[in-house]
Amino acid sequence: MQKVLTGNEAAAWGAMCAQAQVISAYPITPQTTIIEELANLVANGMLDARFIKVESEHSAMAGCIGAQAAGARTFTATSSQGLALMHELLHWAALGRLPVVMADVNRAMAPGWSIWTDQNDSLAQRDTGWLHYYCESNQEVLDTVIQSYKVAETVDLPVMLVLDAFFLSHTYEAVHIPSQDETAKYLPPYKPSIYLDVKDPHAFGGIVQQDVYMEFRYKMQVAMNEALEVAEKADDDFREMFGRGYGLIEPYRLDDADYVLVTSGTVASTARVTVDDLREKGHSVGMLKIRMLRPFPFEKVRQILSGRKRVAVLDRNICVGMGGIFTQEIRNAMYHIPEDKRPSIYGYIVGLGGRDVSPEVIASIAEDVQKRAVADGEQVWIGLKE
Amino acid sequence: MLELRFHSRGGQGGVVAGKLLAVAIFKEDRFVQAFPTFGVERRAAPVMAFVRIDDHPIRIRTQIYNPDHIIILDQSLLQMLDVTQGLKPGGTIIINTEKKPEDFDFKGDFRVVTIDASSIAVKHGLGSVTQPIVNTAILGAVSKVLKVVDIESVIAAIEEDVPAKIEANAAAAREAYEVAEGSP
Repeated sequence: MQKVLTGNEAAAWGAMCAQAQVISAYPITPQTTIIEELANLVANGMLDARFIKVESEHSAMAGCIGAQAAGARTFTATSSQGLALMHELLHWAALGRLPVVMADVNRAMAPGWSIWTDQNDSLAQRDTGWLHYYCESNQEVLDTVIQSYKVAETVDLPVMLVLDAFFLSHTYEAVHIPSQDETAKYLPPYKPSIYLDVKDPHAFGGIVQQDVYMEFRYKMQVAMNEALEVAEKADDDFREMFGRGYGLIEPYRLDDADYVLVTSGTVASTARVTVDDLREKGHSVGMLKIRMLRPFPFEKVRQILSGRKRVAVLDRNICVGMGGIFTQEIRNAMYHIPEDKRPSIYGYIVGLGGRDVSPEVIASIAEDVQKRAVADGEQVWIGLKE
Repeated sequence: MLELRFHSRGGQGGVVAGKLLAVAIFKEDRFVQAFPTFGVERRAAPVMAFVRIDDHPIRIRTQIYNPDHIIILDQSLLQMLDVTQGLKPGGTIIINTEKKPEDFDFKGDFRVVTIDASSIAVKHGLGSVTQPIVNTAILGAVSKVLKVVDIESVIAAIEEDVPAKIEANAAAAREAYEVAEGSP
């Protein structure tokens, strides 16, 4: 079936396809219509799930943790300050090795109050042990919800998939929706190896002394490393079954490109238009889309960017006092390759608080990276008012 | 690619008009993107909705600055907004009004088409005289005037997507299609 859906609706329908069993969510701002749509899907019988309304995002994640620990497939959604309020429990879900799946609508943090997109809300949770996907279309949102369960339940870690506020969340476009039966062939029912069971009592989340805490963390790291391969295979299998796949990163017109624009989210989509245009004008410019930020696909990124002249990283976020976060990740990935193969990395801050990143803005960055000789390590802020 | 901009007030159904048009275009197996004003929703506040239509997948994900045509659901907006801002030369302005095109004086090379969508909506029991819901009627006019979508696709979209008064909405769209000025 194909339907015209917003990105928010696509996220909700993805959870419906995956037959999430418990939805635990805070229904008020900064909540989005993801939860409204899920409430509809549960109310009209299209999704057989328990819908738990709670009094805060903190409780929403606690609800997911409880249900997931009891062996249910769970889903929730949030945005900006709501995600920030969940912070404590994001650690709890990850260290508890609970494969919760959550959609975050990327919205700028307040104050000043904003309902527009940037990535600072999700990136502030980068180090909590969740897998992170960044999506560029409503179809990718729906498909990524389904893939997320496959990956999460294989490696026992939670997954956050991210969609840009308004540019996806409130934008309608046609989306293919697989049936629950079709989806179940790709994603079988959740069968945890251990769960809360009154007939077979165990303790979870107890105190851990110095002698074994490190090992818990190490096992998470091992699971994250495995997740790269698992996510790759989940995407390949998805492509085989549904005819759509995205990769963990996606090179676009990069074959012989000297200059590479690194993008994520909807900026990746618009950058395709810019790259097509620049190619037509004879520029040696291509694009690399980062879809998966955690675990970070180091090897793939290195392989693709190695030997390029210059790399321009577009960051719709700012780590104040350091710079763009994707820029840091890319610099980190590229440090350990031979110097003659190592491109200069240029960092650009764009589109904070939902400021439009148009093809012209992206073209101006492509022009700057080709012209300016030295990447001085500073971030260039694009389109700042005087 | 064709880009449209709808001007309305919160509660008049301008955003739904954009969505319905998207569904109608989708039914014709073309590619479409529709989105509301990137702003805060509030009743009676000026609201914009945008639609992109193409024969290829639409990859640009930005605001629309230079629409090909604009559609105005509430003529009182003309006093407070420069509705033609960014409108491409040669573009069409469809206005919901009882007035005639020559009663309007826009600066620029634009074609003005008027349609009394409010009266049509009220006649079909959509909203009230003070607050008519004109979105389906205006889409009938969009189909006729801009020729961007078949009226039957609009009707099919209404039947699929409008939650209440489906027959009245379909009839309003059809009537507006019949009475709207088709060719320049």
